[in-house]
Amino acid sequence: MNIKLKIWRQPDAKSNGRFETYPLNDVSSDMSFLEMLDYLNNNLIKEGQQPVAFEHDCREGICGSCGMYISGRPHGPQHKTTTCELRMREFKDGDTITVEPWRASAFPVIKDLIVERSAFDKIMQSGGFISVNAGAAQDANSILVKKKNADEAFDSATCLGCGACVAACKNSSAMLFIAAKVTHLALFPQGQTEAELRVKTMVAKMDELGFGGCTNTRACEAECPKGISISNIAKLNREFFVAKLKE
Amino acid sequence: MNGIFSSSIGKKLIMSISGLFLMVFLLVHLIVNLMLLVGNGETFNRAAHFMATNLAIKVVEPILALGFIIHIIYASIITLQNRKTRPIGYINSSSNGVTSWASKNMYILGGTVLIFLVLHITNFYWKLKFGEVPTLSVDNGLIQMEDAYSLVSGLFVAYWWFDLIYVVGALLLGFHLSHGFWAAFQTLGWNNKLWIKRLEVVAYIYAIIIATGFSIIPLYFLILK
Ligand code: HEM
Ligand code: SF4
Ligand code: FES
Repeated sequence: MNIKLKIWRQPDAKSNGRFETYPLNDVSSDMSFLEMLDYLNNNLIKEGQQPVAFEHDCREGICGSCGMYISGRPHGPQHKTTTCELRMREFKDGDTITVEPWRASAFPVIKDLIVERSAFDKIMQSGGFISVNAGAAQDANSILVKKKNADEAFDSATCLGCGACVAACKNSSAMLFIAAKVTHLALFPQGQTEAELRVKTMVAKMDELGFGGCTNTRACEAECPKGISISNIAKLNREFFVAKLKE
Repeated sequence: MNGIFSSSIGKKLIMSISGLFLMVFLLVHLIVNLMLLVGNGETFNRAAHFMATNLAIKVVEPILALGFIIHIIYASIITLQNRKTRPIGYINSSSNGVTSWASKNMYILGGTVLIFLVLHITNFYWKLKFGEVPTLSVDNGLIQMEDAYSLVSGLFVAYWWFDLIYVVGALLLGFHLSHGFWAAFQTLGWNNKLWIKRLEVVAYIYAIIIATGFSIIPLYFLILK
């Protein structure tokens, strides 16, 4: 198939960027979106142009680094899919595909489609961990966890930290990400000792780093590649209120 | 409690609690107003007189005004802060099929409701409270009450475009609440995968009751009188 790509090009964080249009012929519908970009980049390099910079690592939907806004949606048109797992068969011959970086002041563009997502790391460093000694593998089996809690914690733990929730939200809110982390850790006995401190510091960090507040539009949940539910946000709110009331 | 209301979630809590309070008020207000449709006006006049003289209502009235003011102030703070978070927008953003129009336009919906509210207060409340409205005496002169019925019906019968404004106001409020109702519970933390569906259904029912209930009144006077 033949397509046209309209891609955001920005040489570095300080320069202004703009959209460039690249026609690309003989794209296989079996290619992943990233393979298609590799193919484009090979052509660009042959022509002596700068390749399009984009972030990627695992290319199997587990690392969360391949975020980009494709044809108006984070990670493209397919539901619950990362960009690396998106196939070109989701598009039609002759399509013009716009590719933009995540847009949020908390995620500044570094180059082309790559944004600085270290704000997420800072939030995690502020409280998204367990500092008690959780022991070795067999110790985990001696501390019983309700099946329901284990299942819910597992669902929340699938969050990749990709940032699609922030990119999709009209307020650039990071609530779904933080909610997934807080919920995941608060559901285990190992995580409960620090639960109250954790939720307070993580929310404070989120506010400090310039993410917006939640207005319950549900855009995050609709675009999350892991289908993290906003019921996590309700739990985050509960945890937050209880922690604050106990102060 | 340290600094809870300066946090983003704490501000949402204020929106939620003030919104819930306003939603209870709306139901009471609707029930009283629907008495305009029964009888010759005496029922409504008696209800309005009761609301205007009852001590409990007198206590609640300033709290209600405060509820509106707080809701509007925090709506403005939250909306302004959130607008700053994306200096460069997307050139292409398509719908995900889930996010409702109302949820993305709460400030615009609320703002138009506010314009309507000011008009509504000058139409009726202000006149009853501070203006000259003819009084009636009932129960052998035991009760002297203002003829609120004639004030309302007079306006709605005489000006068709006021009827239209009131219907539009009711619809906008309905949209605001179709999102606001369940969102208030989500904000409070009362939600999970089961309850979200239930609350959304109740939200639509509540929004439809409010929108149609308040629309019926001007339409009744427009069409039947
Ligand atoms: C009778 C009148 C009103 C009622 C019953 C009402 C009710 C509600 C409710 C229940 C919510 C949901 C709160 C949440 O998401 O937790 C809400 C949100 C909101 N309201 Fe109102 N409201 C009214 C009037 C207004 C007015 C006059 C404005 C303002 C200018 C306004 C602006 C907003 C905004 C911007 C939100 C979204 C805030 C957010 O999600 O963070 N509302 N309203
Ligand atoms: S909650 Fe979903 S969209 Fe947000 S960072 Fe985690 S995986 Fe990505
Ligand atoms: S490259 Fe790892 S999730 Fe896409």
